[in-house]
Amino acid sequence: MGKGIWVYAEHKDGKIKKVTYEMLGVARQLADQLAEEVAAVIIGKEVGELASALGEYGADKVYVLENDALAEYTTDGYTRALARLALEHQPTAIFLGCTVQGRDLAAQVAQRLQAGLCTDCTKVELQDGQITLTRPIYAGKAFVQAISPEARPVMATIRPNVLPVPQPQGGRAAEVVQVDVEPGDIRQVIKEVVRQVSTRPELTEADIIVSGGRGMKSAENFRILEELADVLGAAVGASRAAVDAGYAPHSMQVGQTGKTVSPQLYIACGISGAIQHLAGMGSSKVIVAINKDPEANIFKVADYGIVGDLFEVVPLLTREFRKLLGKEKEC
Amino acid sequence: MKVVVFTKQTFDTEAKITLDDQGKINPEGVSLIINPYDEFAVEEALRIKEKTKGEVTVVSMGGPKAQDVLRQALAMGADRAVLITPELEEMDEYTTATILARAVSRMEYDLILGGWRAIDDGSAQVAGRVAEILGLPVVNMVIKLEIDGGRALATREIEGGSEVVEVPLPAVITAQKGLNEPRYPTMKGIMQAKKKPMEKLALSDLGLTAEEVVPKVRALKYFLPSPRAQGKIVPGEPAEAAAALVRLLREEAKVI
Repeated sequence: MGKGIWVYAEHKDGKIKKVTYEMLGVARQLADQLAEEVAAVIIGKEVGELASALGEYGADKVYVLENDALAEYTTDGYTRALARLALEHQPTAIFLGCTVQGRDLAAQVAQRLQAGLCTDCTKVELQDGQITLTRPIYAGKAFVQAISPEARPVMATIRPNVLPVPQPQGGRAAEVVQVDVEPGDIRQVIKEVVRQVSTRPELTEADIIVSGGRGMKSAENFRILEELADVLGAAVGASRAAVDAGYAPHSMQVGQTGKTVSPQLYIACGISGAIQHLAGMGSSKVIVAINKDPEANIFKVADYGIVGDLFEVVPLLTREFRKLLGKEKEC
Repeated sequence: MKVVVFTKQTFDTEAKITLDDQGKINPEGVSLIINPYDEFAVEEALRIKEKTKGEVTVVSMGGPKAQDVLRQALAMGADRAVLITPELEEMDEYTTATILARAVSRMEYDLILGGWRAIDDGSAQVAGRVAEILGLPVVNMVIKLEIDGGRALATREIEGGSEVVEVPLPAVITAQKGLNEPRYPTMKGIMQAKKKPMEKLALSDLGLTAEEVVPKVRALKYFLPSPRAQGKIVPGEPAEAAAALVRLLREEAKVI
């Protein structure tokens, strides 16, 4: 055993992000095939206690990089920490979640290590002894399969919500390695952080998304989608048409110039199905479309469609789901 | 203030993607646009120029057609353009960043702007890599930018909110949608653009050889997603259809 398949363990609000576990699953498979170890790397302030869960999901080793100066994510601080550790240990591969933070960090670390980087990968496998990465391009209108023939580590960011979360093995402990970090000069000074208070999940990590298009007619009308989303524990999204019309902020936009999502269930309400929107949500497991135009493009990709007025149908759906899910809570 | 902006020519967002007989992405008949995120970067550079009496240089890499995006940026108000045509068989983000960084290192600049990602390969790493090569700080996905003396105050999107980051200049800043509303070129701008300088560079003009920019990543194959099977319309009056849909999602699709 040596080298290693590394997973960057991203965390937020004292919790490991789910994509970390998804990556540990595939890292475990690769490591077993290559007879290498799986190591997770966690960076922050007082994050050591998060290490135990990483072992249960497949890490053999957890590098804990703690420093007060790393309490908040900064590009310089985290790049330096991760790149130094990688230079010292020369892992075979490093995977990071394709999140705002993962993308930011991966590009800097890849360049510092003179490595390649495949972003937003949806499949990772071993082919002819090479770690082979598949990723969508043109927001999912096509895919490319790629390798890093020589440069090591192989680096990739992995799209959240696509790879399965492995079954945790209770009591499986990883070796915890505390690493001294010298944060160095951090040029990004965080002046202010504004968090939108939301009880809903992140769009890119949600199992269910309720999304609205131009057919919503106003920002206020999004309330009916929020009500449905809250019954389902879902996130709320929007099409570009709805964002451009000012009904929803850009942070909610799904599509080629917004977020690419892969939920279990995507409920499109009043969305016509422009090609750039379909590119952003076409990999959803099940798509439901509600639109009054039976010719709308969205019905071509929907598994289930209701042709009708969304202002009538959506509240009825909310009621039906509440009945179904409410009943279960009582049991 | 001297601002350099990276721009890339991409397929239109409404473009349908097909493969050619080599199994590569087929560019035939596809309309080309300036990468929308780069357009925000150009607009921001122009606003900074207007405030600081600065100068804006737009840089693109690509074949002769990529001149179109540079002309568009010149028509919007940029002062000069640089087109780099490396004529390489295989490239990746390492290749592109190495070439762009070399090109920029010959210029004077206080700020480098670009889109946070291109809508084609969506890899969102070239600007960051350039920053790393040039030893500059980077701030990605910026939705508000203020320049104050030798510092940039950038508001960037983070998961579930935003943060304000201060960095010393020169720095690399990448634009997210929401930063601004790009202007349309005026007729006068379009006419003036024709007279503005456009420098054309080959790899050798930058003192680079193909061996120095060999990609780290190699594409094995391209493929198109399998089309989704035609679904079903749930019939009936709204109340009936809603109830039936919920049942189908539970019993057939098993997603609830």
